Amino acid sequence: MEQRAIADTLKTQFSEEVVDIVEYQGQVGVLLRPDQIVPILRWLRDSADLRMDHLRALCGVDNSKRKTSYPERFEVVYQLYSTELRHEIRLRVLLPEKDPHVDSVVSLWSGANWLEREVFDMFGIRFNQHPNLKRVLLPDDWEGHPLRKEYPLKGRKEWQGLVELKERIQELDQHGFYPPPPVEAKKGGTAKKGAKNPVEPQKTVAQAAGPASAGKEKTATVAAALPAGVNTGKTLRERDQA
Amino acid sequence: MHILILLLYILLLFTVVMLHVAYATYFERKIIGHMQVRMGPMEVGWHGLLQPIADGIKCFFKEDIIPENVDPLGFRLAPVVSLTAMVASLAVLPFAPGWVLADIDIGLLFVFAMSGLAGYGVILAGWASNSKFSFLGGLRSMAQVISYEIALGLSLVGVMLLSGSLNLSTIVEAQGGTFGGMYIFPQFIAFGVFFVAMLAETNRVPFDLPEAEAELVSGYSTEYSGMRYAIFFMAEYVGMLVMSSLGTICFFGGWSGPFAVPYFPALWFVLKVYAFMFVFIWIRATMPRYRYDQLMELGWKWLIPLALANIVLTAVCKALF
Amino acid sequence: MKEPSKQTVEVPVATGDEDRYRLRMGPQHPATHGVLRVDLELDGETIVACDPQVGYLHRGIEKLAENRTYAQTLILTDRLDYIAAMSNNCGFCVAVEKLLAITPPLRARYIRTIVNEMSRLASHLLWLATHALDIGAMTVFLYCFREREILLELFEELCGARLTFSYPRIGGVRQDVNAYFIDGLQRFIDIFPEKILEYETLIDTNRIWLKRTVGIGKVSREKALSLGLTGACLRASGVDYDVRKHQPYDAYDLVDFEVPIGQEGDSYARYRCRMEEMRQSVRILQQCIDQLPPGPIVGEDAPDLHMSQRIIPFREARVSAYGTGLIALSHKTKPTYPAGDIYVATEVPKGELGFYIISDGSPRAYRMHIRSPSFIHISALTALSEGGLVADLITNIGSVDVVLGESDR
Repeated sequence: MEQRAIADTLKTQFSEEVVDIVEYQGQVGVLLRPDQIVPILRWLRDSADLRMDHLRALCGVDNSKRKTSYPERFEVVYQLYSTELRHEIRLRVLLPEKDPHVDSVVSLWSGANWLEREVFDMFGIRFNQHPNLKRVLLPDDWEGHPLRKEYPLKGRKEWQGLVELKERIQELDQHGFYPPPPVEAKKGGTAKKGAKNPVEPQKTVAQAAGPASAGKEKTATVAAALPAGVNTGKTLRERDQA
Repeated sequence: MHILILLLYILLLFTVVMLHVAYATYFERKIIGHMQVRMGPMEVGWHGLLQPIADGIKCFFKEDIIPENVDPLGFRLAPVVSLTAMVASLAVLPFAPGWVLADIDIGLLFVFAMSGLAGYGVILAGWASNSKFSFLGGLRSMAQVISYEIALGLSLVGVMLLSGSLNLSTIVEAQGGTFGGMYIFPQFIAFGVFFVAMLAETNRVPFDLPEAEAELVSGYSTEYSGMRYAIFFMAEYVGMLVMSSLGTICFFGGWSGPFAVPYFPALWFVLKVYAFMFVFIWIRATMPRYRYDQLMELGWKWLIPLALANIVLTAVCKALF
Repeated sequence: MKEPSKQTVEVPVATGDEDRYRLRMGPQHPATHGVLRVDLELDGETIVACDPQVGYLHRGIEKLAENRTYAQTLILTDRLDYIAAMSNNCGFCVAVEKLLAITPPLRARYIRTIVNEMSRLASHLLWLATHALDIGAMTVFLYCFREREILLELFEELCGARLTFSYPRIGGVRQDVNAYFIDGLQRFIDIFPEKILEYETLIDTNRIWLKRTVGIGKVSREKALSLGLTGACLRASGVDYDVRKHQPYDAYDLVDFEVPIGQEGDSYARYRCRMEEMRQSVRILQQCIDQLPPGPIVGEDAPDLHMSQRIIPFREARVSAYGTGLIALSHKTKPTYPAGDIYVATEVPKGELGFYIISDGSPRAYRMHIRSPSFIHISALTALSEGGLVADLITNIGSVDVVLGESDR
């Protein structure tokens, strides 16, 4: 079926829900209200003359900086395709800026699970009745939703996990595993001079590690190179137990 | 004086076997290399002939790393147990008439006992490493050794029945009078079972589950490095040698050959053993790896019944003729 | 002597059963093909719960694409599926061409089809190599790399790169193919079918191979569609879906080939499908070489760097306002960027690679979503592997053929 015809059928079937139909380069997108998305998708999947059995893609869009006019801040876009009848349609569900949420379609396509998690990860759009809605690509303790337009390209600050990793490197350095990184003069100035060696050298993991005194010196250099406040003064084990 | 000569023999045997281990790795790498359209070691010495020496020196001088969370005693003990057990079985192997350190009457049982003991090294390594992959490798090894030990033992019962002895020299001599001078002809079923069980017993492909690198990283030896790892490696190769020798002795007539060789009566024995080793390596280059449950299935559902049937068959034949 | 401490890394509990053995496989594990991590809960060796974790290779390509021009984004697509970078490049170019309503000349379309199929072969060879190695057949690994090397050398001859090509351009390709390349490709095509036979001889009828793959990771037709599987994984379950046939791009509507369809939907069917696909790729390559028409390699309306036989120095070419060297315009007027959105799918070796691009009239994509097959295939691992053994998980990871660069973007 032609894409336009599918959109028209959809409009007659769910006239309340369809906001608009747009066409570009022969591809038709149907703008929808969010409430009835699961019944609409189920109808598209199961109705005999459509049989849209393949969910090609599911992604979020942040419209806030779009130059062309847009109805709502967020969109969730569903690309549907019928492997038997070889036609496709695009559904664009409009979501408000405040508390964007839409029903999950995992009950229809179990493959939508991670796609929805990704949209949640990147845009903070919540999916109701999702079995496992948590971040998928980014770490669980990441702050912000990177694909939102107000999120800067370089990010806001160092991820806590990386900070901890650096700390761990510093600890392991006592064993003589890593050569000291080149100390930048500027950074060394801002960091606390002569930061104390936070922990006593533990029993070496490698028994044949370098002499302890050399290890201490190295640690001191690294501590100066790292930004202040990184040292929590805990050993690996203490932190793990906490 | 007698003791001193015996010690000298032991030293000689140990040196020769260790040299063999070194060059068995070279042998394996070259053969697999050529089977896989590459050259194998080429850099150290002529055609890489000194490569095993270089590897040995490297392993010997590597830093001895013992991870912090392991059980130190078990971790140190495991490779030694493996190697000792394997090397101990060498004592009863007759390489040529009279070329045997301990010509005892329970030779075959002794070899079984020692190869069973070597499994403990692997299990201990898996347990002591305090690593999940090592532990799984150890568990697999335990199950595998137990299952295949039975098949291995049963497959040789036929040989015992025919020769009427557990003494390995006597077994070789007893084969002299049979058809072809080898027990493989009357005992072909037993040989089939023995061969498969032998591969499993030495943890070789397609039964290298305890160290399946695609699944368990490196299995029981994941946490080992340097000399300790090399000792496991040696144990594996000595194990291959012992099992090949056992196969040669029990099924291929040991040292006997078409004509007697002066000065070096063990020639035929060595040739047969290396033919075995070649098959080991050939299989490694060809076969994928079995899955754990399939391995068990093969052991319990096929090998053990076959071996039992063979015993019955042999006993009946022996009673009738 | 210090007591061994009992500290362990806590693996999240899925079923809440404390007695289960929890195993964290990866991100550094030889069989997870990169940096995939799978959190497992085991009962003996049976997998009770399987939770794949991705993101270790997340580079924010979608965010970067919003801040770069289309031509600059092209080089990012190399870093998606780095095993078949050419396919990603082509997919992206096809998408942008459709967005900007550009038609590349016929010769360029044929050349792209050639490089597409070559990268499919290269990817499938690497898949077969690693899949076989995971199952333990070590020799196949080296045999496959022997042939893959020929392909990579041909790529090197074509564009100077072996891994990240950036060879196709929006509206054409970067440079024309030379006689040496065509010769080499022809020689490769001549020998390759025998080589496929060689791999099959090694593993196809091997009892152990069959035991390890037949019935493992089985997905029914409905389940496969529901999971969103594409490519060989979907076709192995009996769904006739190949973007090259359904929505032809480049020169795929001008060449004759068949789409192998499997029945069983298990690892063995996926293996068979990919092996047949290699044969079909050879067919396509042969036809492309035979039919390769003369003509320009970059369209008149291409907004991109026009690189014909005469290579224009960057200084001479008019550098676009947003470009930094890679993009330069050969046009007298700036191209106009229309506003609209487009979803274009292409068949890459791993499955259906889709680009959803929204343009708001600026030279950069307002939003670019990449529908990466690997991401969805990894999410399907749970359904494929639960209830199986650890060894089956390895078979499944190998047989769905995932690349983490594409999954994590």
